[in-house]
Parts: sequence; C-alpha cells; structure tokens
Amino acid sequence: MSDASTPPTMTVGDRLRNAPKVARGAVRVADIDTRLLGLVFALAIIWIGFNVATNGSFLTARNLWNLSVQSASIAIMATGMVLVIVSRNIDLSVGAMLGFIGYTMAMAQTVWLPATLGLGLGHPLIWIVTVILGLVLGLGIGALQGFVIAYGYIPSFIVTLGGLLVWRGLIFQYAQGQTLAPLDTTFRLLGGGPQGSLGEVGSWIVGIVAVVVVLIGLVLLRRRQAKYDFQVRPVWATVAIGVVATVVILGAVWVANAYPWPEALAAQYAEQNGIEVPSGGLIIPTGIAYPVLIMIAVGILMTHLAERRRFGRNVYAIGGNPQAAELSGINTKRSVMLVFGVMGLLAGVSAIVQTARLNAAVTGLGVTNELDVISAAVIGGTSFAGGIGTIPGAILGAVVMQSLRSGMVQLRVDSPTQDIVVGIVLVAAVGLDAWLRRRTT
Amino acid sequence: MTADPLVRAPVSPPVSDDGHLVEMRNIRVSFGGVHAVDGVSIDLRPGEVVGLVGGNGAGKSTLMKVLSGAQVPDSGQILIGGKVASIHNPRDARLYGIECIYQTLALADNLHAPANVFLGRELTARGGVLDDPAMEDSTRKLMKRLNPRFRNFKSAVASLSGGQRQSVAIARAIQFNASILIMDEPTAALGPAETAQVRDLVRQLKDEGLGIFLISHDIHDVFDLSDRIGVMHQGEIVGVVNRADVTTDQVLAMIILGKKPEDVTKEELAALHA
Repeated sequence: MSDASTPPTMTVGDRLRNAPKVARGAVRVADIDTRLLGLVFALAIIWIGFNVATNGSFLTARNLWNLSVQSASIAIMATGMVLVIVSRNIDLSVGAMLGFIGYTMAMAQTVWLPATLGLGLGHPLIWIVTVILGLVLGLGIGALQGFVIAYGYIPSFIVTLGGLLVWRGLIFQYAQGQTLAPLDTTFRLLGGGPQGSLGEVGSWIVGIVAVVVVLIGLVLLRRRQAKYDFQVRPVWATVAIGVVATVVILGAVWVANAYPWPEALAAQYAEQNGIEVPSGGLIIPTGIAYPVLIMIAVGILMTHLAERRRFGRNVYAIGGNPQAAELSGINTKRSVMLVFGVMGLLAGVSAIVQTARLNAAVTGLGVTNELDVISAAVIGGTSFAGGIGTIPGAILGAVVMQSLRSGMVQLRVDSPTQDIVVGIVLVAAVGLDAWLRRRTT
Repeated sequence: MTADPLVRAPVSPPVSDDGHLVEMRNIRVSFGGVHAVDGVSIDLRPGEVVGLVGGNGAGKSTLMKVLSGAQVPDSGQILIGGKVASIHNPRDARLYGIECIYQTLALADNLHAPANVFLGRELTARGGVLDDPAMEDSTRKLMKRLNPRFRNFKSAVASLSGGQRQSVAIARAIQFNASILIMDEPTAALGPAETAQVRDLVRQLKDEGLGIFLISHDIHDVFDLSDRIGVMHQGEIVGVVNRADVTTDQVLAMIILGKKPEDVTKEELAALHA
C-alpha cells in the first residue's frame, strides 16, 4: 500500500519523516474523527503510565472491570450533557436531580410499594415500577426545567442553579436526614457487582451480537453510499474499522470475563447450589456489569439521536447559529426543552445505577456530580461555544477522569491532590483543544 | 449544461387574477418610537426582479423580514396570489413558497454544506433516520450548477470562503420549490467572479418564473438585474420606478433626497453633484 503511494527513491528516513503525513491522510480518507482518536491516544497514555507506576496493577482485569462500573453513572449523564452544552446551555442540576430521583425511588421500593400499596418486600413488580417511576420523574423534572428555560427566556445557568437548590432542598425536607436501605434485591442488581453482571456466556453472546451488528452496519452504510456516485470510505478503511471494532468488543468481553467472582462469594454460591468446589477454588467469570451494559446502550441510543435523527441535527444547528436555526424553521424552543427532558431522563437512569450500587439512598446522593458530568463532556471535546461535541467523546471523557482518580488512589495520592490534578487536566484539555481548533480552521 | 431547471418545476406559482405574486399593503413596523417601516406598499410578479434600494436604516431589510416571517408587522396586509396570507414566523413563510437569503447568511457554521442546505427540512430514510447520503447527493447536483468549483461537502461551512458560503445559502433557498425569493445583499461578501456568478443565477431563476426581491447597496447590481426599482427613505417608499425609465443618477437622487425624480429641483440636483 505504502509502496504504491511513495516514490521508490525514498530513503527510510524520508519515509519515517513522511509517516505522520501519511497517517493523517489515511485518517482523513477513512473518515475517522481525529479528536476521538486523540482522546483514545490520551487514555492509552494514562493507562500505560499508571500501569508502569503501579508495577502492573492498573491494567488488570479486576481494575478495568471496576473502572468500567465506576465510570458508568457519570458517563451516562455526560451523554446528555453533550446535547445540553451543544445547544449553548448548561445543566447544573443533574446531581441534585439524581439525588432527588434516587431518594424518591428508594422511598417507593422500601416504603410506598411494599407497605402502603401492600405489595410486600421482594415482590417482582417493585423493581419494575420503581425503574419506570425514576425514568418518568427524571423526564418530567428535566422537561419542566427545559420549559422554563425555553419558553420563559430565563438562562439555563440560572434555572438549573435554582433547580439544584430546589431538588436538593426537597430531598432534605422529606428525607429528614434518613438513609434508606436496604433496597429491593432485584433492583440492586442494576448497580453491578458480581451478581449484577452478565456472566461468562451472557457476555460472550452480547459481544458477538455487537460484533455482528457493527459489521452489518458497516456493510449497510457502504451500500447506502454506493447508491450515489461520490466517494465512499475506501474498502481497506471499512475493513480496518471492522477489524478494530471486533477486536475491541471481544477484547472487552474477554477482560470482563477474566475477572472472577471473589472467592468467598463463589464458595457461598457453590454451597447454595450444591456445586463441588474444585481444588484451587471455584472460578466464576463475572462478565460485563449491568451498569456498563446500560451505559453502552445509552451511548448507542444517544449517538443515534445526536447524529442520525432530525432532533439531534437541529440541536447542533441551534448551537452553531441559533438565529439561523430559528430562521430555517426549526422549532428551537421545543428542541431546547426536549434536550433538558433527555438530560433529566438520563439523570434518572444514573440515579437507578447509583442507588442500586450503593444499595441505599442517602441525602448526599449525587452531590457535585454536575461538575464531574460537565468535566467529562468537556474533556471529551464538547465546546462551550456551542455546536460541537460528540457522545462517544463524552463517554471517553468520563473514563479518562475515572482512570485518573482510580490510578491516583492506587498510588495513594490523597483526595485534595486528586482534585488538583483533575482540575489542571480539565483546563489543560480544553486549552489544548482550543489551540488545535485554532490551528486547523 | 442541460436544460433541466434549477428549481424543480415551480409548482404553478400562486398568481392573483391581475398577475401578482405578492402584494404587501400598508405595512407598518415600529421599534420603540421609530417607524422603521411606515405604511409601505409594494408588489411582485412572477419572473420579475424588484430591486429595493435606500440608505442605511431606510427600512428595506425590515420590510423584507416582514415578508419572510422574521418580523411581525404592527399593521398591514400581505397577499400571496391574491389571497390574504398569515405569516407569523419563518415556517409560515416557507409554506407560501417564500425563501430568504439573509445578509448575514444565516448558516450553522459547525455543520457541513448538505446539513445547511437541508436545515430544518432534513431528508429522512426509513424509520426517520437522517438520509445524509441523499442530502449530500442533492447538494452535489445543485452545486454542480450553482458553483461547479465547490468541492467541500464534508467539512463545517465555517472553513469555507465567502463565495462558497454564499453558494450554500443560495442552494438552501432554491432547493425547495420556492416561488418567491428574497435576496438581502447577495453579493456583499463576494469577489468579482463570484458576484458575476450570482448575477447569472438571479437571471436564471427569474427566467424560471420566480419572483425576486433584491436588496442591495450596489446600485449597479440593482440596475443590472431589476425590472423595477423600489426606493425607500426613512421607512417610507419614495417610489417604484421601471428600470428602463430612469438613470442611476435619478435613483441616487431618490435615495439621498427621498423625493421622486420629477419633484427634485435643479438646485438640489446640482448640490448633489457638487
């Protein structure tokens, strides 16, 4: 391939010097998002760096599995924050919304449904009703804030700052400082943990289905583009993307399965189910955790919404030029309201994940989450100028932040120092991004 | 070049019995105490270009904003094809086949050309999914005629030149069977070659039966392209004249003095030239 594109007289040195240019050309022709590639690169450096610093305890199945679960809640909300920031708005209330929704769901499953409605603890309907309640509540609260912002002409900073105080205040008012625990046993599984995971076979099935879907999608895209006579992504690029995607997906499944249940839990499980424990202990692969599965599903849906739907296109147009969007007949007010509705819905999803993981609702649930969520979106390349930002970028941003924290914890860096590092990284990431953007346009 | 029209068969433009496409009657808009448009009436026929000229703040753009739905008038009436039209926002205007190319271009800089052309009217495939290849294909076909040198269909329009951006704005206006086109300073940001291109385009659209309101500071643009010229001065219309009946000097005098040619005294004309 490179022989065909470079003259035969080139020396090895020439070729090496030429390599970055060739690589850039390849990335452009293959139609790959360079910013995303940069983020993956940064994440790789962080991971390898911590792995060296911790003498190889960072890149272990156990740590990566934990990292994935810890990132899920923030990543889920960050996908919504991308659309909020892209539309030139901000949502400071996500942490408080999450707390309020989480606490309400906890009330529903520990008090209202079992006692008041008389379903009894552990009734199979409890977790379903609770989940639906959380999602509806999130959508409603978000849409309400969005309505006030869009139709009341009040800046989103103010409305959601007010929202932060209101929702947090409401929790304290009806919680009276109480912690609600334990939660419904089925609901708890949504928070992850060894039992709240897919297990070996389930994870492989999900992985293989994902690979098949990605490959079919790539073929369909080619076929759709081939209907027209303009250039499509070259075959080698499609094949390369397919191969990389397959390796990444199956690799992730393999890592998740390489993390076994804790010995004590495995032994307990063996005893309950009458399985004989082999010498060396029973190894039960954990597989992909449910919160991670939820995060991936949310990521796919939100990417679809942002890039393949009229709604998403309109939100990006509003961010790029609000006047142009309005003049071109887009219902900008409704779009903005819906963006906040989606954000609230995702706060509901994260509330499910966080309360389930904690197996409790505390009054401080979700405090300062808004800052993590905004940081994740921004590290992921979302621009406060509006109109620019990607969903996968935000998810990677959340993973980058969690990786920094997790790595520093392993290096026994104290919490204030962690904050200082994350703060500097945040500013540096945005600075680097702005600098690169100025150079390219 | 083949003969298929730029605009897909203007579905019989709505024409009134006496041949009018648009009649704006007694339009008034005031901002605070200022009468930006003060009782202006003007009309437009199919296949006609009506130039609108006047100094800064004469009210040309505001008048056209009323027609395009971007400004709701305090009073007055708009008739499209002889029937009273109710236009309260840009969406309404589009339903009447009114398209506008704004002075400020009104492009979403972060999106690529096809997304801008189809902004607010995106094509969708099965299941409501955006059909980007189809939008790119239409945009490519349109651009082949509007601006054959246009190549950049993938990058954000922020990175395009002024002329290329203007092509995108025009493409957007004519993609959808418009019968009434408003062009607000279409050549203001362009070089000579691109200006000539836009002029050719205006003539082509006119031949296809569109009615065009053309706002311009460039008196030569207006003389070159218009059939009639409406002169505005301080929110009022000084007069609407046939291009063939006037000289550029007379129009300039109307713009500056706010009087019809026959009302201008010799002294005033002399003072203008001095």
